[in-house]
Amino acid sequence: MDKIIVWYGELTSVKSLLKRGLLFLSPGMIWLLLFLVLPGLVLIIVSFASRGAYGQLVWEFSLENYKRLAGFGLFGWTSDYIMILWRSILVAAVTTFISVLLSYPLCFFIAGKSERTRYLWLTMLIIPFWTNMVIRTYAWFLILAPELPFAKLAAALGIIAPDSPLYPSVFAVYLGMVSIYLPFVALPLFSSIEKLDWALVEAANDLYASRTRIFMHAILPQTLPGLSVGVILTFVPAMGMFVVPDLLGGAKYMLVGNVIQQQFGASRDWAFGASISMGLMALTMCSLYLYRRKSKEVTII
Amino acid sequence: MKKSNIVVTVLALMTMAFLYLPLAAVAFFSINATKYGLVWKGFTLDWYFKLFHNDIILHAAWNTLVLAVVSTVVATVLGTILAIGMDRFPWSGKTDTSLDMLLHLPVIIPDIILAAALVVAFGLLRLVSSIFEPGLLNMIIGHITFQIAFVALVVRSRLVSLGSDIEEAARDLFASTPYLLWHVTLPLILPGIVAGAMLAFTLSLDDFVISFFTAGPDSVTLPIYIYAAVRRVVTPEIHALSTIILLITVLLVVGTERLTRKMQHD
Repeated sequence: MDKIIVWYGELTSVKSLLKRGLLFLSPGMIWLLLFLVLPGLVLIIVSFASRGAYGQLVWEFSLENYKRLAGFGLFGWTSDYIMILWRSILVAAVTTFISVLLSYPLCFFIAGKSERTRYLWLTMLIIPFWTNMVIRTYAWFLILAPELPFAKLAAALGIIAPDSPLYPSVFAVYLGMVSIYLPFVALPLFSSIEKLDWALVEAANDLYASRTRIFMHAILPQTLPGLSVGVILTFVPAMGMFVVPDLLGGAKYMLVGNVIQQQFGASRDWAFGASISMGLMALTMCSLYLYRRKSKEVTII
Repeated sequence: MKKSNIVVTVLALMTMAFLYLPLAAVAFFSINATKYGLVWKGFTLDWYFKLFHNDIILHAAWNTLVLAVVSTVVATVLGTILAIGMDRFPWSGKTDTSLDMLLHLPVIIPDIILAAALVVAFGLLRLVSSIFEPGLLNMIIGHITFQIAFVALVVRSRLVSLGSDIEEAARDLFASTPYLLWHVTLPLILPGIVAGAMLAFTLSLDDFVISFFTAGPDSVTLPIYIYAAVRRVVTPEIHALSTIILLITVLLVVGTERLTRKMQHD
């Protein structure tokens, strides 16, 4: 049973190796179990509990929170929470789509540079990626302020009242979201575009393929690995975003992240907050599942 | 098509401008002499000097630093050991996949879910011990939890790219397991560890959501301070503070980039 193997130049048995391996795994794994898996399970349990009169948790288990999430409140059915969940999916999808559209030209541009300047441009792309989200979001306050040309132009066109800022608005939310998530798409996409085989593009060109066909058949399939990583890295966190809609969207444009934050903050209803988190988790799992199925299909083709 | 055409160039430059416009605006208005409004009134560094006399901001900066340093040190140690454990032992395919999934979990799930889970878990732990009151300790634990995954992933990729030749040679020369680890493997993966640690540090500085959920009244960090401040009123001091944070991020990113590029050339 206990096989003797040579492992990294050491003559040893599988059993003793794995014992030693467990020693290495355990500190990190115990940490992740204690502070990631266990809290996750607790969150699931709490989502079935209820809120006491003073915001404390009461251990009476029911499906009440989930019913409320589905819209069955005290005053009959409302679509409020369903709408917020749907809006979060929509905002995440549009943000991802715009980021992909803008990322392709950007990556082609950077890939076309000579090796020295290419790293400079790439670093330029990485800097906003690691810059604090709160700073990058509130910075739009300045650009969209009533004194600056953008708001003045919008006022002159009659889109907004004169001397008012361009935020809070849906437009501002999208500006904020795309500026935060664009590098999440562009960086993985770049790693694919850098390795692009241009011979295929030239061949398509020689055969008089249209620009759309060149993109769809010669470029897109080659860049799909990087693109799919970028899409998932953008779509999933974008659904849970709460800083951008909170600062730039105002009360009217709430996303699921804002509702969760509310329940853990002002409303102090942890049980309901936990059930909304479960809703977001379900959306995350769905998109990951779709992504895995899609990427499998891709490898078959 | 290989030489970028004009449309691509224009679109790319506009996208870059779009990414940097907010950052440039913050830096620009941090040196503007007027307290209110966005009209240029001349150059000043007053807002920067004022920062160093603001006790609340200094305290928040101290908290941010303690949080980042402590969590980075712990996460780097745990993440490195975890990476060695995952890569250097003959785990079965199934174990490998589940370890891999667990490691990717903090990377992929929306951070607000991890934050919510931690709030609830700490809330229950508080029934056992009062050290889990909202505050710096909770924040450090939260940061370590997502940093471990990133450090382990970076160090593991270094381990994979190293291959087994050098360690086999060491074994042939009768290196014991501790000797091999300490004098052969560790020095070889050191660039990976440093890159992972810098990444973890940047992540900690960058994080807002986890900190915001687990912070107590006494453990305000700079991102939390900025968030609370801009919800009331945006002042030039905030711009100055943000600009300093931006500059630190730039230094960290450039440093990490150089390191990882050197790693690839080795």
